[in-house]
This record gives sequence, C-alpha cells and structure tokens, in this order.
Amino acid sequence: MATFQFELVSPQKLLLSRAVEMAVLPAAEGEMGVLPGHAPMIVALRGGIIAVTEGGQVTERLFVAGGFAEVTPGRCTVLADEATPVAQLSRAAAETRVRDAEAAYTAAAMDTPEKRDVTMARLLSARAMVQAAEAA
Amino acid sequence: MASLKALRARITSVKSTRKITQAMKMVAAAKLRRAQNQAEAARPYAERMERMLASLGASVAGSPDAPKLLVGSGQDKVHLLVVVTGDRGLAGAFNTNVGRLARARIRELEAAGKTVKVLAVGRKGAAFLKREFASRISGEISLAGKKRVEFGDAQEIAARITAMLDAGEFDVCTLVYNRFRSVISQVPSAQQLIPTLLPETGAVAPSGAQALYEYEPSEEEILATLLPQNLAIQVYRAMLENAAGFFGSQMTAMDNATRNAGEMINKLTLNYNRTRQANITRELIEIISGAEAV
Repeated sequence: MATFQFELVSPQKLLLSRAVEMAVLPAAEGEMGVLPGHAPMIVALRGGIIAVTEGGQVTERLFVAGGFAEVTPGRCTVLADEATPVAQLSRAAAETRVRDAEAAYTAAAMDTPEKRDVTMARLLSARAMVQAAEAA
Repeated sequence: MASLKALRARITSVKSTRKITQAMKMVAAAKLRRAQNQAEAARPYAERMERMLASLGASVAGSPDAPKLLVGSGQDKVHLLVVVTGDRGLAGAFNTNVGRLARARIRELEAAGKTVKVLAVGRKGAAFLKREFASRISGEISLAGKKRVEFGDAQEIAARITAMLDAGEFDVCTLVYNRFRSVISQVPSAQQLIPTLLPETGAVAPSGAQALYEYEPSEEEILATLLPQNLAIQVYRAMLENAAGFFGSQMTAMDNATRNAGEMINKLTLNYNRTRQANITRELIEIISGAEAV
C-alpha cells in the first residue's frame, strides 16, 4: 500500500519520522484520517490519540496534548505541545493534571471568551489524557 | 622574600584551587553534553514551526486585523529587551558579553529617543544591567536551582511577554542571548521577536502557492494559538543555547584556570626550593665562619 512521510515532533524531541500508510489525528473539529495524497491542510489539534497504521495494522499510538498538523500530499508533520506513547502514560499523573486543570478552570477569570477557551482546552486535554491512560 | 612556611601554605592553597577548577571543568563538560543534546532535540520542532508560520503568516500579514503578536502594535516607541544570561558566574566573559551587547543596544535606542524596558532572564544579566539601568528593568526571572531547561519555563516567559504586549506596555520585542556556535565560541546576538520576522519564503513560491492550504478551524484561530507557541519556542531555543553556551564557556574558563594554577604551582615550588637552598647555604656559612673564629 502507498505510504507517506509522517513526522511527530514535540519541543523536546523528534518522536517519529517514517513512512506510514495512515495516520488518524485528533483534529480540533473531529478525528481526521490522513492517507497518502491528502489535500494540503493545516489543522489545529486537541488533546487525544494519534494512531499510526503500517502494514494494515495500528503500530503506534501516541497521546498528544494539543498542537498543529501540516498535511501535504506526500507528508504529514505534527507539531505536538507534548507527546507520549500511550503505553507510557500514567493514570495517576493524568488525574493530577485533571485536578490542576479543574482548579485552573474554576479559578480562571472568565471575563473574556479567549481566556475561557484556553482553560477549557486544557481541561479537555487533561480528560483525554485520563481516557487514553485508562484505555492503555 | 617570603618565609618557607608562608610559601608552603600558598602552594597547598593553589593546589586545592586547582582541584576545584578541575572538578568544575569535568562537571561543566558533562552538563554541556546534556545541554547540547537537548538543544539539538529541540531543533526539528523549531524548523517545522518556522515552515508552518511562513505559509500561514504570508497569507495573513497583509490584512488589517492581523494579530498583534505577528505585526506588533504598529508603533516603534517602546522597546522590550529580553536578556537571557546564566544564573551563575565562573564562566569567563559569557554573561558579560551579553550584558555588554544589551547595554550598547539600550544606549543606542535611548539615543534615538525610544523608551527601553528590560526583562532579565537569569540572575547575572539582571545584576549587570541593574548597575546602570535599574529603572528600566521591568522584570527578572531566575532559573537558579533548576537542573535543566524545561519548555514550561519558556512558556511562562512567553506568556508574560504576551501579557505585556496585550497591555500595550511595549511595541517591539528583542531577544538578546548568547548564540551557541561551538563549545569554544558563543556569539552574543539580538533577535527580534515581535513583530515577527517572517522567514524569507523566496521568490520561487509566489503567494498563490501559499493559498493552497486549507485551514481547520480558520486561519486566524490557528494563528492565534500558533503565534504564542512560536514565541515560546523562540524563547526556549534561546534558553537552551544559553545553557549550552554557559557550560561551554565555563568549561573553557575552568580549563584555563586549571592551567594557570599549574603554572603558579611550578613557580612557587621553584621559589620554595631556592629559598630552602639559600637557607642551607646561609647556615653553612654561619657554622664555618663560627669554626674559623675559634
């Protein structure tokens, strides 16, 4: 099956860079599957799991806490704020994060919709992390 | 001439100094390797961010409601200098070099009639600039005690810069830091952060090629999250280069100090032996002349 170059980078390091058949991204407006020859796109990501398919099977599952993806017909680059392989997620850490995010959400000044969106996104991303940790 | 006892004490003291500088050199070398790896690991993200920003920025920059982070406030009155230095000394001229560049920059800007504000990251830079420009310092961030540079720290600094911009506290933001060229060479340099300097897309890619991208959600929304992230990554990179440069500079400085201490020990030992021989000769003469007198 045809492949395209998939890259996943976080500010800390380059996590993945190889040819894959399909990648499913948690785009801000819903899950999005990327196949070779996809139309050029730049999408924002929410917290969720990136699933990479090679040889007809899902070979990598990584949690990202948000970020961006640039898709071109021959390449897909994900700039993640933070990325961890699902197997390495710790449920306890994820739950602490949810608590922190909830505290930040209740404490945050709700005076502007932008600020609310930021804290809301943080909370949702933390919840997605707990879900991912549970599923692993 | 100093007494034998005093010379002996000096030799021991210089020897222990040499031990310390040697140990510091080793530690700096180990930390340098780690800092360098970290800096290299961050590079792919920065490169791809730049590429994405180039295609996005080009399509938005022209519009009148482009975000402030991208185009600035449209004025050129108040300059914010973010000065990144180490938190500790004993690294040769590392911190001083950045401080000097910042000082020259501040003088130049003030001579041109602009207002200058300084945000000092790292204790040494703050201390250096406080002497002359205490009134311009609007913030000081110390990372002392942290083992490594975390992206979260850079994000905090970026958030602070963004908040200042939103409050209209400055128009142009410049980052002053030591660029890590190699272990023995760090170049103090200034980089403009806001308004964002878009990387040259070149004449090969006309604006038509940029517009091919589809955006989800809208261009503006992506840009609104991408720009703070870009700011954070620029600050992060500067902090990483600063850390790597600091250890490189410290290593060189400590290597020199160790060598100088060795030279000093040689000189003192020579001096010590000469004095010892002179004493013996003098005692012999005293004994012989005493015997002759009998």
